[in-house]
Amino acid sequence: MKLNRWATTLGALALLAAGSAAAQNIKIGILGPMAFVQGENHWAGAEMARDEINKAGGIQVGASKRQIEIVKVDTNELQSVPDATNAIERAISRDKVDFLIGGFRSEAVLAMQEVAMDNKKLFLGAGAADAKLCDNVTKDYERYKYWFRVTPTKSADLARSLFAVLGSIGAQIRTDLKKEVPKVAILSEKAAWTEALVKAVQDTLPKMKMEVVGTWAPSPLATDVTAELSAIKRANADIVFTIVSGPMGIVLGRQMGELQLSAVAFGINVEAQKDGFWQATAGKGNYVSTLDTFSEVEVTPKTVPFVKAFKERFKKAPTYNAATYDAISILRVAIEQAGSIDADKLVPLIEKMEHVGSAAVATWDKSHDLIWAVGKTSGIAVQWQDGKKVAFWPPQVKGMQPFKMPN
Amino acid sequence: MFQDILVSGLVNGGVYALLAIGFSLIFGVARIVNIAHTAFYMLASYALYGLLVIGGMPLVLAIPLAVVAVVALSLVCYKLVIEPVRQHESAVLIATIALALIFQESLLVSFGGSFLGIPAAVDGFVSVLGVRVSNQRLIILVVVAATLAATWFLLYRTKLGLAIRASANDQEIANLMGMNVNRVAMLTVGISVALAAIAGVVVAPVFVVDPLMWLSPLVTMLAIVVLGGLGSLKGSLIGAFIIGYVEAITVFAVPSGAFLKGAVALSIMVIVLLIRPEGLFGVVFEEER
Repeated sequence: MKLNRWATTLGALALLAAGSAAAQNIKIGILGPMAFVQGENHWAGAEMARDEINKAGGIQVGASKRQIEIVKVDTNELQSVPDATNAIERAISRDKVDFLIGGFRSEAVLAMQEVAMDNKKLFLGAGAADAKLCDNVTKDYERYKYWFRVTPTKSADLARSLFAVLGSIGAQIRTDLKKEVPKVAILSEKAAWTEALVKAVQDTLPKMKMEVVGTWAPSPLATDVTAELSAIKRANADIVFTIVSGPMGIVLGRQMGELQLSAVAFGINVEAQKDGFWQATAGKGNYVSTLDTFSEVEVTPKTVPFVKAFKERFKKAPTYNAATYDAISILRVAIEQAGSIDADKLVPLIEKMEHVGSAAVATWDKSHDLIWAVGKTSGIAVQWQDGKKVAFWPPQVKGMQPFKMPN
Repeated sequence: MFQDILVSGLVNGGVYALLAIGFSLIFGVARIVNIAHTAFYMLASYALYGLLVIGGMPLVLAIPLAVVAVVALSLVCYKLVIEPVRQHESAVLIATIALALIFQESLLVSFGGSFLGIPAAVDGFVSVLGVRVSNQRLIILVVVAATLAATWFLLYRTKLGLAIRASANDQEIANLMGMNVNRVAMLTVGISVALAAIAGVVVAPVFVVDPLMWLSPLVTMLAIVVLGGLGSLKGSLIGAFIIGYVEAITVFAVPSGAFLKGAVALSIMVIVLLIRPEGLFGVVFEEER
């Protein structure tokens, strides 16, 4: 009798202990400007990852399986950097998150990185391109080693993708328009992340046998670029090279279409990556092209299923910020390999990892930055053609369509 | 390049002029510090978007409906928020800032933070002196001329206009002379918001619509009205075109400094004020001297 009671008590205690260990979820803070498209996509990609992993039982941490819990952290970084640092502080101290994923605006992510590193929390970036974020890792490895960039590639590598695509557009102009030296007008928003890119473009284009006819630098919030476009038209540009992340990208697309400029816009135009771009330009943004990340083309075997499932669930196409889905997958692989959620154990595993995600096949260098390679991390290029966003580069990926010039 | 500056300055100056007329009336003539003026301009743009794009209403119906709705809202706001504190300028300032922020956040919650586009009333463009100008901008110039004429007529050829100018000049004496100053102030607000709303429905198709679109026109309008001189419609009009031309010259002369066009325009305002504090054509009231 006594033995029986002891056995049941011990058994109950053991079950209780096991139960509470399994009930302890892995908390991941998803950081982003949640009132805007970037944050919406951060969250949506994370939701898809969480539901997929939890449905399969959770992440295997050593002997037990643990579910993922994602915490929405609204950084409001587009309007205020202090709001972002406050948000991440709250996520760490009040919500007690184990991991941090997200961020968009470089100025804010640099500040948030400091908070994350102060607390030795693994922070996977899903939006900011500034090189400094990874230069910090080289400068002070012990402090910054918990940072990894998952998307996009750093500004300088965005440039490499841009030049690769520009080369093919330039070749098309040479054959179609019988012009030996295409003329390029640089239209870049005045912001921290564009400076290195503008310089790179000004230096490289002459080497690609293209002429830079001028550099225009309106404000990212400019609501009117007709003066700039007038000057660009007068300079007889064939290509308007855009380096734009703000609403000016919509305005330039619309006004180029309204004024029927013969030049084609290509470059980085974050607003043109969004589904809402066509409506925002009132249907005038035809031929606008930009680097992008997600489309229904087979960058990796996971891309098309992910994009289709995302569209079905959220009724819109994902922007590159939805690569939080890949970030969570990276965490899962590392945790299952390490058998623990200890950040110090996970860092060396991610450093050596090759991760086949939905956005890219990712590997990292010593500064925890993505290693650039066409078809793996270079992203794709898309063009708006009659209301649809169509992928046209790189040629080796299945599903590409031809690039169109305005007639 | 010269034709580009000539046409560009004229067209963009026209856009500013349309916004400036209403602001000049409420701030320059009636001296009511309505910081929410450009917020009403924003509300009219969203109202047009809602009726035209979401509701599918024809343009000829959507435009007047949007304007009327915004004016009605402004009169309610005036009665509830501004009239009780009208004697205290700083209280009016703070109350209207609060109103503007309330509008901004309500629009952010209902429409989201993304940028929206309103189709132009008339598609296409014309070539003026070899420079392409979209038809919508030409419409804006026509509307500027019409509203300016109408506002001038109102202020200088009607009894109401006389009452508005008199109340602004000296409210106590106007009251003693038998003018209902409260009613006059309310009508002034209504008329100026109508002008802002007209600007909102005509100008919005040329720009992008978002919940923060009221901020930069506010700064530009303050600069224009102060540059042109408080109390002078003519001054605001000239100020608008000066600012339009200064911005065009900045973009054409210094392309890589295009982002500075706002700063250059405001610097011009500062310089003018240092030389002539009442602005170019300012009407200085006795109390302010």
